[in-house]
Amino acid sequence: MKGKPLVSIISAGLSKFGKLEGLYGREIFAEAVKEAFDRCPNLNPKDIQALFVGHMGESYEHQGHTGATLADWTGLLHIPATRTETACASSGAALRIGIFSILSGLYDVVMVGGVEKMTNRTTPEVTEFLAMASDFPFEQWHGITFPGLYALMATAHMHKYGTTEEQLAMVAVKNHHNGFLNPKAHMQKEVTLEKALSSRVIAWPLKLYDCSLITDGASCLVLTKPELAKKYTDTPVQIIGTGQASDSIGIYERESFTSLIAAKLAAKQAYQMADVTPKDIDVAEVHDCFTIAEIIAYEDLGFCKPGEGGRLIENGETTLEGSLPVNTSGGLKAKGHPVGATGTAQAYEIYLQLTGQAEKRQVENAEIGLTHNVGGSGATAAVHIFRRE
Amino acid sequence: MSEEKPFTIEQFYKYISQGKLMGGKCKKCGTIYLPPRPVCTKCHSKDFEWIEIQPKGKLLTYTIIHVAPVQFQSMAPYAVGIIQLENGLKIPGIIKNVEHDKIKIGMELKVVFEKTPVNVSQWPQWPRYYFKPA
Repeated sequence: MKGKPLVSIISAGLSKFGKLEGLYGREIFAEAVKEAFDRCPNLNPKDIQALFVGHMGESYEHQGHTGATLADWTGLLHIPATRTETACASSGAALRIGIFSILSGLYDVVMVGGVEKMTNRTTPEVTEFLAMASDFPFEQWHGITFPGLYALMATAHMHKYGTTEEQLAMVAVKNHHNGFLNPKAHMQKEVTLEKALSSRVIAWPLKLYDCSLITDGASCLVLTKPELAKKYTDTPVQIIGTGQASDSIGIYERESFTSLIAAKLAAKQAYQMADVTPKDIDVAEVHDCFTIAEIIAYEDLGFCKPGEGGRLIENGETTLEGSLPVNTSGGLKAKGHPVGATGTAQAYEIYLQLTGQAEKRQVENAEIGLTHNVGGSGATAAVHIFRRE
Repeated sequence: MSEEKPFTIEQFYKYISQGKLMGGKCKKCGTIYLPPRPVCTKCHSKDFEWIEIQPKGKLLTYTIIHVAPVQFQSMAPYAVGIIQLENGLKIPGIIKNVEHDKIKIGMELKVVFEKTPVNVSQWPQWPRYYFKPA
């Protein structure tokens, strides 16, 4: 399977990300699916044989049973429709299961995607729902918030490697710039280093601009067997590597607070399967739920050595003009983080990049892309590698 | 000899209410769990014994929570850290009785206990432990 295409993406859709007042999750998902169908006129919706969707929390809308709900509202009845849940990596897992369903030989065409409706709830409520992805009896019970968990990693990283609050803020500045260029991003607004650094503290050393956004949104991809892709489109994108791993639910039990083992393991699996190295990656979407998470991602994915993530952002290597642009979409930081939708939304951006449709954010001649999707505080991670056909 | 108490999270917190930090030690492979676990994740044995862990350790990392969950809002901003105890065991908790700018990685902290009786009818509302300068 080394370097061979696992599946091909023949179409993709993304709703507007933001505070989508008056819309239910199912209605937002319908917008993403409509785009995927419009992009691919050769695809008959009836060709889709199964739906796998990531969705983290039923608390937001008091709505569970997401698979069938979304199939129902997107004209996909009566295909099998299943929800996957791995916290913020829920649609990364949906993508992976979609790949397996094609590789099994059972299906020729499937849809994968994700959705989350979050902005109808107050910030304290959302904070509490997100914390459910962490350990209840030993973390949440002792007053540790979700930003607090990443703040514990940030403090450890700063202490061990000398990473600075300025370097964290530089991730926010970069991703806000990219989000400014993305018409679907939640925050299409530049931010200065001074503003990011002087924003209010959420969980020291993390400030408001170190945190991703509470956002509504949905995303989807249509997958098929590589040999069938050209029937549907002239510009398919192949998935050549997939990896997923788990780690302890409580971060306190881990050997290291400066790296996510699950992400390293998932990356190793994906790189080996794809037969590529970190040097081959032209563009990446990584899970910047907090700025420190992007710096740790650089290191876990092998874009730099452990401890050098701060310098990588400081040297501008991951900007649109740099040697390895990261989070060209604006990332979770500026595009927004509707948690269940994030994994396949990352894949949507890579799909645009590898098919030359990323407009002002286009990375020239991008051939190989990567997505890195983390669940909670790193108890799940999924990594995928994509190639232009 | 009295029978061993069950190796559960509930029992761990019952010991907290008695002012004891108790872990479960696998009699087969010697791995110590804090909190205890019902089955050894290394050798899959269910044969455990309780051991008392010295309630003191070194601070490994910390944060100051400014935006707090509803039930902690009156305390905010408050410090939370992870400490390393004997045998390499680690637990997280709130750090009290120290000015936030005096908190340093590596500082010695002791574990102090909220000695309120456990009311199992309010499961899972446990007494808490905290960290204070040694």
